[in-house]
Amino acid sequence: MPKVTIDGISIEVPEGTSILNAARMIGGEIVPPAMCYYTKLETSGGYCRTCMVKVVKGSEKDPRPMPKLVASCRQPVMDGMEVQNITSPEVVEARAGVVEFLLMNHPLDCPICDQAGECNLQDLGYEHGKDGTRYEFQRREFEKKDIGDKIQLHMTRCILCYRCVKVADQLCPSRVHGVMNRGDVSEISTYIEKAIDNEMSGNMIDVCPVGALTDKTFRFKSRVWFTKPVEAHRNCTKCSGNVRLWFKGEDVLRVTGRKDQWGEVKEFICNECRYDKKNVSDWVIEQPTHVDRHSVISQNHYENLKQMKLDTQRLKAKLPEKKTNGNTK
Amino acid sequence: MGRQLLINDLDKEGIATLPGYKAHGGYVALEKALKMKPEEVVSEVQKSGLRGRGGAGFPTGMKWSFIAKPPGVPRYLVCNADESEPGTFKDRYLMQRKPHVLIEGMIISSFALGANVSYIYIRGEMMYQFHILEKAIQEAYDAGYLGKNILGTGYDLDLYVHCGAGAYICGEETGLIESLEGKRGNPRIKPPFPAVKGVWQCPTVVNNVETLAAVVPIINMTGDEYAKIGIGKSTGTKLISASGHINKPGVYEIELGVPVEEFLYSDQYCGGIRNGKKLKAVVAGGSSVPILPGEKLLKTPKGEPRLMSYESLSEGGFGEGTMLGSGGFIVMDEDTSVVKNLWNFTRFYHHESCGQCSPCREGTGWMEKILHKFLDGHATMADIDLLWDIQSKIDGRTICPLGDAASWPVASAIRHFRSEFEEYVKNGENMRDIQHYYRVNNLQPA
Repeated sequence: MPKVTIDGISIEVPEGTSILNAARMIGGEIVPPAMCYYTKLETSGGYCRTCMVKVVKGSEKDPRPMPKLVASCRQPVMDGMEVQNITSPEVVEARAGVVEFLLMNHPLDCPICDQAGECNLQDLGYEHGKDGTRYEFQRREFEKKDIGDKIQLHMTRCILCYRCVKVADQLCPSRVHGVMNRGDVSEISTYIEKAIDNEMSGNMIDVCPVGALTDKTFRFKSRVWFTKPVEAHRNCTKCSGNVRLWFKGEDVLRVTGRKDQWGEVKEFICNECRYDKKNVSDWVIEQPTHVDRHSVISQNHYENLKQMKLDTQRLKAKLPEKKTNGNTK
Repeated sequence: MGRQLLINDLDKEGIATLPGYKAHGGYVALEKALKMKPEEVVSEVQKSGLRGRGGAGFPTGMKWSFIAKPPGVPRYLVCNADESEPGTFKDRYLMQRKPHVLIEGMIISSFALGANVSYIYIRGEMMYQFHILEKAIQEAYDAGYLGKNILGTGYDLDLYVHCGAGAYICGEETGLIESLEGKRGNPRIKPPFPAVKGVWQCPTVVNNVETLAAVVPIINMTGDEYAKIGIGKSTGTKLISASGHINKPGVYEIELGVPVEEFLYSDQYCGGIRNGKKLKAVVAGGSSVPILPGEKLLKTPKGEPRLMSYESLSEGGFGEGTMLGSGGFIVMDEDTSVVKNLWNFTRFYHHESCGQCSPCREGTGWMEKILHKFLDGHATMADIDLLWDIQSKIDGRTICPLGDAASWPVASAIRHFRSEFEEYVKNGENMRDIQHYYRVNNLQPA
């Protein structure tokens, strides 16, 4: 098995593993972010360039470094390869540049975006970007479009990761969904505005890293961090039936696929489970979903809430009496 | 004038037709090659030292020897006739005037590679040349040079012309393959390289028009003889499309190794700068290569005269040198604005970016907008540094070389002509070009 060293940590991985997946096997800080790569979708990856790493030693046989930064999601590891990710200033700088490019034409309408709180681009911006933008021109805009009666496409927010195109290609039988035009005006669209009519089409919403494809049955119902996720299942003939329900109070606001720690859906679910089964009685509830403490969604949960109360109390104690009057009752 | 191997007999009557081409030594090389073994043809090309004429200058013989040969899998040869680099127009000229030399070269090359189906991927705008090629191919089929059992040797070859839809990105070999397969012309991520998985996942070689045409004289005169032409590792002849402020623009065939000064000023070639003006800058190999000021182009950093060859032009690296590229020799006289020229190039790359990977998709448009600010008289000194920073974040960070090609002209223009950018900043409104303003805003002058 080839042995690869990423940021000084060595691991043996199966033949043909990409650098990104090798890094995910190690885990922790050294995992490059990925906006377009999706394990379950073939030929995905390589477009967004956020996962670029520096290969300082090609392999045991050919120890020359690679001349350019490589996209770790598509570069298979070689035996003896040495990779730098967060330890290379060049990679950190390049990644900040890519974040700037991705956010350049993004509307930053997070306050009204349904994806906010579980958006990969938000996380990427916080973790790898710089504050502020140097872009001073008009951002590109598109009209909102409906793809079928359950999905809305908000192209202005799209970062053209091609994930939904791969879903349409690989999960749906007929190919009606793709990219039109080119360059910075290219857009995701369907063939002559055709609605996507397929049992699995809803998975586009799950794979979208930003708020470009949204579930019309959930739009503007709630911020995601006010909803509580639980794992549930039902007997479904079309898919595995293993889903995640998002509760607000006692109502099921939306149903999505279960995502792993890298934000990728474990099993694709069918549209019937996603859109039509919104009663608690339809489902067998298994357990609450473990929410990562870094996630915005965890703000609605246990420890952080306690911590926030403590913080507020401490803040109150510090602040002069007069100023707190107006804000906290 | 040096030896000419490709465009020597263009003035002969009927050279574009099969009888005329045959009367002047056409299809002799094919008959010779079909008597050889395929490996011998490959080794002749390797001996000749022929390098790809499309821009990258990769040794052709080596490229052919890389092709995977799994049993039972067809192999393909694709001719890249998607010539769209600003400043380059040699392939169009060759295909229009002498289509049979390309067809003959393709039959020999397909035979050497063991391909039974080959394609010419021609750019959508070249409809005139497309029809010429179609007609020439039909002539070749009728004469038995194409089809089943060519010249009784038992070798079969079908040659098709495929017309693209006019996208620069389809000149990148994997983008070309995608487009040929009927898909959106997005370049593929390498590896796998086309030599392993190309057209329909089969081993494929993609070569430029001029490269394939050059195979004909190589077979005619043997590889060793061909290698004697030229200088060092730059062997043979090269078509140069000279344009800009020169007395005699046009396509010239040079022996590699001609001094740049001779090429620029001698009456055989460009004939000097138009109207007795001074030379300011030259883009030596099509819009993608770094622009060089006149004095740096004529002399290498060591003070020797620079030659028209792959090595000599790139001497001094990117800081002081440039590249031979595809041979689009654009000359600018002292009245030319480098900033405006750069805006034009960058606008081209913005328009032609496929939009697949983010640095190129967003960065090219951003650079164009900033350059437009310079021409509009609103730019600040910080914009020069910003431009430099953007290009450095595109260079080498993209899937295909279009990102690099978009960033190199910007980098070299700032490196060599920074004072001119500063002039645009200082003089602001006075420098504003009203014609330019009208054109980009689709306004009519009052």
